[in-house]
Amino acid sequence: MKLDSMYQDIILDHYKHPHGRGLRDGDAEVHHVNPTCGDEITLRVKLEGNVLKDVSYEGQGCSISQASASVLNDLLVGKELGEAQQIQEAFLELMQSKGQLEGDEEVLEDAIAFAGVSKYPARVKCALLSWMAWKDATAQALAGAPVKESA
Amino acid sequence: MLDVDAIRKDFPVLSRILPNGKPLVYLDNAATSQKPKQVLDALTAYYELHNANVHRGVHTLAEEATALYEGARDAVASFINAPSRDEVVFTKNASESLNLVANMLGWAEEPYKVDADSEIVITEMEHHSNIVPWQLLAQRTGAKLKWFGLTDDGRLDLSHIDEIITEKTKVVSFVLVSNILGTVNPVEAIVRRAQDVGALVVIDASQAAPHMVLDVQALEADFVAFTGHKMLAPTGIGVLWGRQELLEDLPPFLGGGEMIETVSMQSSTYAPAPHKFEAGTPPIAQAVGLGAAIEYLNGVGMDAIAAHEHRITEYALSRLAEVPDLRVIGPTTAEDRAAAISFTLGDIHPHDVGQVLDEQGIAVRVGHHCARPVCLRYGIPATTRASFYLYSTEAEVDALIDGLHHVRAFFG
Ligand SMILES: Cc1ncc(COP(=O)(O)O)c(C=O)c1O
Repeated sequence: MKLDSMYQDIILDHYKHPHGRGLRDGDAEVHHVNPTCGDEITLRVKLEGNVLKDVSYEGQGCSISQASASVLNDLLVGKELGEAQQIQEAFLELMQSKGQLEGDEEVLEDAIAFAGVSKYPARVKCALLSWMAWKDATAQALAGAPVKESA
Repeated sequence: MLDVDAIRKDFPVLSRILPNGKPLVYLDNAATSQKPKQVLDALTAYYELHNANVHRGVHTLAEEATALYEGARDAVASFINAPSRDEVVFTKNASESLNLVANMLGWAEEPYKVDADSEIVITEMEHHSNIVPWQLLAQRTGAKLKWFGLTDDGRLDLSHIDEIITEKTKVVSFVLVSNILGTVNPVEAIVRRAQDVGALVVIDASQAAPHMVLDVQALEADFVAFTGHKMLAPTGIGVLWGRQELLEDLPPFLGGGEMIETVSMQSSTYAPAPHKFEAGTPPIAQAVGLGAAIEYLNGVGMDAIAAHEHRITEYALSRLAEVPDLRVIGPTTAEDRAAAISFTLGDIHPHDVGQVLDEQGIAVRVGHHCARPVCLRYGIPATTRASFYLYSTEAEVDALIDGLHHVRAFFG
């Protein structure tokens, strides 16, 4: 059934038991909204040298937007910035694929569960909300506080 | 009693089977209504037989097109009991109608002029279309924007009416029927107070005109705005009704062809209302479609439509009350209430509710319904809204209820 292709168990699990939720210390904070539906996220990025030390967030929205933030936290925390950016780009490409891509599980892990969502234009923005917020916050963190050379 | 089966046969889309094999259950009528064959036929006939520009040209088609366009104005005038057909201004939708009034008042001379000493009054349950034009006017003129708040049960809080509408108030603009709460507002109390202080009254009747008898004389307002696409007509046609002396006194907003009397390179004089406010080639076919829609509504009878929707609303409210964790946002009884019902379902986000309902063929609206202040007022991010019309059935209410149980099971 079509619905199951959108609401994969992985997505529902992340929605019901989000990973890394809550706001913690960060170098930059952003607030993004999806004006058509009112989904909102506040997201903080903590860098340590070149490494993404933490991504913390608080938000309200549909299962897709909330699960996506949880998956983001799983995937990106602890990664080097370059790699995190590659993952973000791979996720963006998957979400813009209109159901044509399956996603590379090596890179995207749980996030490939969102492949089905890419068929629903109205929901793609939900899935991307936290990822766009992360990109914005990371750019701000880099601009505001030049990253220290890691030892 | 309406013969709903017969009515449904007039609406081709209502027998649509969706790509997933489910029959359509269309419960998004507050966003836009479906169109009967009679309206579609009028559009086709207009384009196949009579298409021409209006008010310019002596050829047969131009005269026929003009007669059809102006005939639609007559139909609107009698539908809303306007004292004169010249009080009916065609616009492209309710938003344009409301912006038109705000701009007339911004450019007006005394006594209508809105300036830094003026106050503008709206309410917390307005559609964004009746908030933003007034915010813009307030920002541009320095006027102060005030509003009526809401009670917990989804009604206007008029307890401080004398402090909100004051001698400084130049204009009071409010919604007759809320598109998100379904509330039918008490016009008389507001109009009385506005008249006492000499303020103009603007009524947003977008959710009223399709569903109940609309009598602009009984309302005693100065301006009434509504939009065609919610009342069986095509998109691209709206109405602003205004009292004749106001339309005569107030300045035009958009300039162009059609709205002038004479033009020289130095200056122009304007055509009398309503043409003064209809710059450029108007939405001719759409107006003709609105005329046909009104003929259809009159054929069924607005009183009969209102009674049918009242019954459906009562039934829907009673059945929604059976669904665990469901909270109606707005009045919980059908008294002074129209057939748009917003609700939340536990913690399940409306987006998810709408998606699972869609899978069952049920079309509802989810989000803040262009009335975000209402969501803020009730501390909710969004709602799911089911809204009914003359062709809605109890079986569709039942389908919605089954659908909601399915949603709960899915996310439970
Ligand atoms: C109460 C109310 N006012 C104004 C509007 C705006 O109508 P339109 O978008 O046709 O201008 C709507 C419809 O969405 C409405 O429900």
